[in-house]
Parts: sequence; structure tokens; C-alpha cells
Amino acid sequence: MADKLLEIDNLSVDFQLPTGSVSAVKGVSFDIRPGETLALVGESGSGKSVSSTAAMRLLPELATTSGAIRFKGEDLLQATPRRMRRIRGNAISMIFQEPMTSLNPLHRIGAQIAEVLARHKGTKGRAARGKVIELLEQVGIPEPARRIDSYPYELSGGQRQRVMIAMALACEPELLIADEPTTALDVTVQAQILALLKDLQARYGMAILFITHDLSVVRHFADRVCVMRRGELLESGETAEVFANPCHDYTRMLIDADPHGHKEPVADDVPVLLEARDVRVRFPIKKRLFRDSEYFEAVRGIDLTLRRGQTVGVVGESGSGKSTLGRALLRLLDSQGDIRFDETDLARLDTGGMRPLRAKMQVVFQDPYGSLSPRMTVGEVISEGLRVHHPEFNRHQREAQVIEALKEVALDPAMRNRYPHEFSGGQRQRIAIARALVLKPQFLLLDEPTSALDRSVQVTVIDLLRDLQRRHDLTYLFISHDLSVVRALADTVLVMKEGRVVERGPTEAIFADPQEAYTRELMRAAFIDAAA
Amino acid sequence: MTTDTTPYSGPRMPAGGTPPGGPNPPAEPDPEAGAVAGESLTRDAWRRLKQNRAAMVSLILLIVIATVCVLGPLVLPWGLAEVDWNAFTAPPSLEGGHFLGTDANGRDLLTRTLYGGRVSLSVALVASFVSLVIGVLYGAISGYVGGRLDNLMMRFVDIMYSLPFMFLVILLMVVFGRNIFLIYAAIGAVEWLDMARIVRGQTLSLKRREFVEAAHALGVKDSKIVTRHLIPNAIGPVIVYVTLTVPKVILLESFLSFLGLGVQEPLTSWGVLISEGTDTMQGAPWMLLVPSIFLAVTLFCLNFLGDGLRDALDPKTR
Repeated sequence: MADKLLEIDNLSVDFQLPTGSVSAVKGVSFDIRPGETLALVGESGSGKSVSSTAAMRLLPELATTSGAIRFKGEDLLQATPRRMRRIRGNAISMIFQEPMTSLNPLHRIGAQIAEVLARHKGTKGRAARGKVIELLEQVGIPEPARRIDSYPYELSGGQRQRVMIAMALACEPELLIADEPTTALDVTVQAQILALLKDLQARYGMAILFITHDLSVVRHFADRVCVMRRGELLESGETAEVFANPCHDYTRMLIDADPHGHKEPVADDVPVLLEARDVRVRFPIKKRLFRDSEYFEAVRGIDLTLRRGQTVGVVGESGSGKSTLGRALLRLLDSQGDIRFDETDLARLDTGGMRPLRAKMQVVFQDPYGSLSPRMTVGEVISEGLRVHHPEFNRHQREAQVIEALKEVALDPAMRNRYPHEFSGGQRQRIAIARALVLKPQFLLLDEPTSALDRSVQVTVIDLLRDLQRRHDLTYLFISHDLSVVRALADTVLVMKEGRVVERGPTEAIFADPQEAYTRELMRAAFIDAAA
Repeated sequence: MTTDTTPYSGPRMPAGGTPPGGPNPPAEPDPEAGAVAGESLTRDAWRRLKQNRAAMVSLILLIVIATVCVLGPLVLPWGLAEVDWNAFTAPPSLEGGHFLGTDANGRDLLTRTLYGGRVSLSVALVASFVSLVIGVLYGAISGYVGGRLDNLMMRFVDIMYSLPFMFLVILLMVVFGRNIFLIYAAIGAVEWLDMARIVRGQTLSLKRREFVEAAHALGVKDSKIVTRHLIPNAIGPVIVYVTLTVPKVILLESFLSFLGLGVQEPLTSWGVLISEGTDTMQGAPWMLLVPSIFLAVTLFCLNFLGDGLRDALDPKTR
């Protein structure tokens, strides 16, 4: 067996909170050999990020750590802060999930990379600039000599993540800790970044500790896998072995967590509920006083027909205009074109005229943390719509409706006096669904309702949505970048790119035989497994 | 997630409280139910505030100080301008009846401090309240509506900022004559500007949040969105700012009085007493200490109470 580069031995991390001690990691042991890729997989709260942050000694002061973290035989937990600063960024470096926030917006990217070089290698001036350009070229930034003087806002999310990787590679580390480096990126970009990491690993011979919640990402990327849950290491082993023969139920569930099932298309003679013709949405970029303003067209002429009981999935990468389209259909944004809901022309209605229809068309948003007001109890959140649409209800009637709605989404009605922050992401999403359902809508706009959730929670929310659709004959417009979810839930799919529909058709047909090049590219990136 | 009942009890459902009729026959309400939607945040906040010992002690002290200032002068044997010809600059003593001493004119310091407290506290209360109400509404509306109206409203604030404060006060004095309510009005008219800017900034970031969009989708009226969603979520910085406003207002008032534009002899305020006290600090320190201690205790209490209120109004603090 080769020498161990990093050895984590019986690591425990406890957080001392005012309410008591919470143990985030409970006696975890694993090791990484030079040049290999180890994936640490787990859902939120599993302690995977805490373990790696502990290795860098970057945990907050509240945390108490026990056990040992040995890097080439040296126990990092005993190292002085001065020694740790020499190791960080030099022998061990890290990349993070959020490319949008992990670069300082006030400095040019070249200067930020050069800072690492100056700190650890003492490289400055012209030599540093040459090295930075070389690094940018290696991570695949086009025109590195020009891009070196860009500010972070001038780069896309994928490019920023490449800059972060360049920064991490600046000192040719022996270990790279990648904490969910692709989670915030579009699928096609995600595939490119993974390929880049693999390529750089071969060139530099570094080891990678890859932290992710998505087991399918690691399948062709990691040599070995550790599965964590609730601070404990459930299972570890060679990747192929773990995938072929998982010993733990939880691992089996994670491997199998892609949502199942499909939806039968509705018949063609079912009445149309919502019909949109040539919908266009544009946002002013530059306002001018006396001349015409400049506009950005987010949605460029889209036709859409939704029949009762149908689920139309809208697929696209970020910036494709899919969320904008959804908001325009609900008249949350001003748009041009013709939108008819249940034989009513929405364009002719003012705010007051729109109000009665609002009860029939509801929405569930992506962010389970941002979509519930933190200062209202769950009961208040759910009953708010009732106050608008059923002012005749007294308090007891509202209460009864709230209880009924909470039961619909399989939450305990006794929880309605609690505040949103006391609930997990999946529970909050159920609350958001209950808020929409309490008005007995016919049409639900689902804007990435499962994207912020763990895979295992996703599956239950999807089951819930499917069940509710069956019971209440609901019509869904399901917006998502996640193809596997759309495949399970939608009967018709619209693929969007840059504000236009690239391809549309029955789900099965699109997934089995995509016609357009863009659709094929999306599929290939999303289903790496199937391609390999 | 446990399912215990909430520890506080609001209006409970009557036994078997199925209301008659209604378009949708409601399910049997859970008999374990606690409070119903409504004013539960305020009730909840009160419960949490009661658990905060520093805030509760401060609240009680503030009430005591205010009560003493209001009732004390009625009980004390000395009047506001009453001169004791036997005791000029007398130190605190129990025998002479001047418990906290007298000033250079032989007037009882305790009596004058309590009278001064009436002025200082009422200025602080009224001016802060005025700035709170105007500032929060103005800022929230400006930030929420946005666009041209926002531009107009904020330019008006800029113009108000650029008006010299003294000029405004002198103008008011000339037009309306000298009056203590003018001080309230003048200070209130200036203090709300900062508040409006703070609340506007908060509103701008809050109105992009998804819960506001969800409220739109529910068809909630704009006025309700402002009062139910935006203002409650902006309350943290607002309360912190109010606790900073109160001492500012008290000091502003003493500044005006010092220039002869505020309260006039024989009426006094804490700020005036302190500035008089500093002149005789070496010979008669009590003339500085007594009003200073009253002011300092009040400000301390307000700060603790403000902190407590901010925490209490945030459901995340348990």
C-alpha cells in the first residue's frame, strides 16, 4: 500500500452552541494516497464539509476537534497557526462551491492569483504575471493575456470557477480539496470542470479530496468513495465496488436516488387551461431620458399550451429565460403577447381584475429559505392567501383550512405556530406547496422546486407533487435545469436556450431521441452514466 | 422536529370549535392547537423579551425613572424656581432637605433634575417616535414602489439634508414664536431622514426575495405587502437605529437650549443641567453628577432594551 498523504484518524468535531453541544463529525477515519481522488459523499448535515474544513484548520472557534489529522505524518491539529498558514494554499489548497462570491469583486483576477504566488513562492512582478497567464491558460480561460486584467463580474460562473482552480493550483499543491465545486454550475459547464480537474490531476500528480452530495458525479471521477451520514462514515471503498455492491441501505438509496416513474400524456381533446402566444419579456439595460432605452430580451416569442392535468417541463440552463417565462405567465412580470387563462385574456386585466384569478394560479419557488417570510408563523404564511380571497372566513375557518392544507402535504398540523427557520429545506418546500394549495388552484407554476433539496428529499417532494396532481387534477408548469426530475414528472418538455424554444415534444420522445444538437449536449452532460 | 404544544397560550379554540357553515366544511380543528394567526409575532416577542433579564431590568428602570420624573415634583417640597436663601451651592445632605444638593442659585437640584427629565424624556420620546413613523413609512414606500417615485422621494430627502438645521429651527421660531413643541417638530423633522434611508435600503433588498414575490402571486395588496412582509423584516436595524436616535435627540435639545433656542429658564432639561454642571465641576461636582447619572442610566437602559427588543422580534432567537 502506498504512503498516505492525508490521514484522518478518529476525527470528531463538536460545536458548542448556546443551546448545548452539537456533534457534527463523530469519529471518522479515512486517508488519501498521493495522486488519487477520494470522494466524500453525503447529504446536507452529514459532516462532509466540516471534516475537510477541519483538515485546513478553518473551523470557527466554537468548534472543538479531537482525533488526529496527519498530513505526511505531521499532525495538523497540533501545528502552530504560523505553520498552518504555510501549508494552506501551498501544500493543501481548496476550491469552494460558490464561484460568484469566492472571488473579491474589487480586484482583478490576475492580482488575486498573483497574491497566492507572492505569499508562498515569493514570485513577484513580471515573473508572477507570466506564471499567472500560464495558469489561466492551463485552466482553459480563453485569451489569458487579456483576461488576466478582468474583474470577476466580467466572467461567467464557469470561468470564475476556473479562476478559483488556477488560484488553488498556483503553488502546485499535493492535495486539492474541492468542496462541491460544480454544484452551482450548469450541467454542461459541470462536465467541463470535472474534465479539467481530471486533466490537471494527471499533469500535476496531486491528490483530490472531492466533496459532493451527488453520488452520480463521482462515479467516473473518483478512485475511492466515502459515504457519510449524520457525522458518521457509513461506507468506504473502491468506487466501482461501492457502486456495484453497496453494503449500506443508505448508499443504495443514494445510488438509486434519481426520481423514478413517468407521466402519461393527457389526451388531445382535454380542454386547454392556459394558452400563450408569442410571449416576449424584455428588461431595460440602460435607461435614457430622451432616446429609446436599450433592452435585453429574456424571452423572445414563446408559444405554450397547457391542457388540464398536463405537466409541461421547461428545461434550460441558467440565463435561458425559463424562470422569466413562468413569471410572465403568472403576470408577475410585464410581458408582450397573448396569455389566456381559462378563456380569460390576462392582458386586459388590471391588478384588481387579476386578483380573483390569482387563487387559481399559484406558484412554488426554488429557494425554500427565501420563499417564506422569516417573521411569520407557518400558519400565518399559509393563511395569507385566505385573507385575500376569502375575507368572509373567520379565524376558525382559516385555521381549519390551514390544518387541512398541512395534512395534504404530510406535515403535522401542530407545527403551524412555528417559524420557518425551525424547519428543514424539504419541510419548508412542503409549507410553500401548502400555501399554494390552500387556495385550491387549478394551475401551479413550479419554479425549480426541488433544486435546492437533497436527492433523498427531492424524491419525496416529487412523489408529493405527483400525488397532489392526481387528487386535485392540477396542471403544472415545471421549470427545472435537472433533466432527471423533468423526465419523471413531465409529460411534455420544452427545451429553452437564450429565450427561445429549441425543441419541444412528448417527454419520452425527447429523452429517447433528441433532435437538436443543444438538446443532445444537455443530455450527454446530465447523464454522464448513460454515456459512459 | 418535535410536536409538543407551544409553551405560550393564545386564544384557544373553543371545545369542539367547528364553526358553522362556511363554503368549505372545515376539518375538525386540532384541539391541541395554540395561537391562531394574527398578532402572534408580537405576543411571541413579548414572551422572549421577558426571558431577557437585562432588557426587563432596563424596562423596569425606565418606567421607574419616567414615573419619578412625572410624580416626583408633586411630592417634593421645593418648586422649580424656588430659591433657598440659606443654601447656595449646598452639597447633598439629608438635614437641609436638599437630598441631592442645590445649584449656585440655591434651587433644589433633585427637583430641577426631575423637571429636566420631563423635558428630556418627552423630547426623546416624541422626536424618536415621529422619526420612526415617518422614516419607516417613507423609506418603505420609496423602496417598494421604486422607479420615478423613489427618485423623487429620495431627492426630497437630499434637499432636507442640505438645509442647515439651525436655519430651520430659527425659521420656525420666527414664524411660530418660542414653543417647546417646536423643538419636537424641528428635531423630528430632521431625524426621520436617516431612518428613511436605512429602511429604503432594507426594503430594496427585501423586495427581491421570493416571499414577497409569493405574496404578489397570492394577490396580496401592495399596502399589505409593505406592512406585513417588508416592515417586520426590516425591524432589526430600525430598532438599533432608534436606540441611537434617543441620546442624539436628548443632546440636540440641550444644544438648542444652550443657544437659547430651546427650553428657557427657569425650565430646564438634563442637557442644560449637565452643561451648567460642567462650569462648577471642581467646586460642586454633584451639580454635574446628578443629572449625568440620570441621563447615563436612561441611555444604558434604552440600549439594553433596544438590544432585547431586536432579539425578541427575531424568531430565530429562542
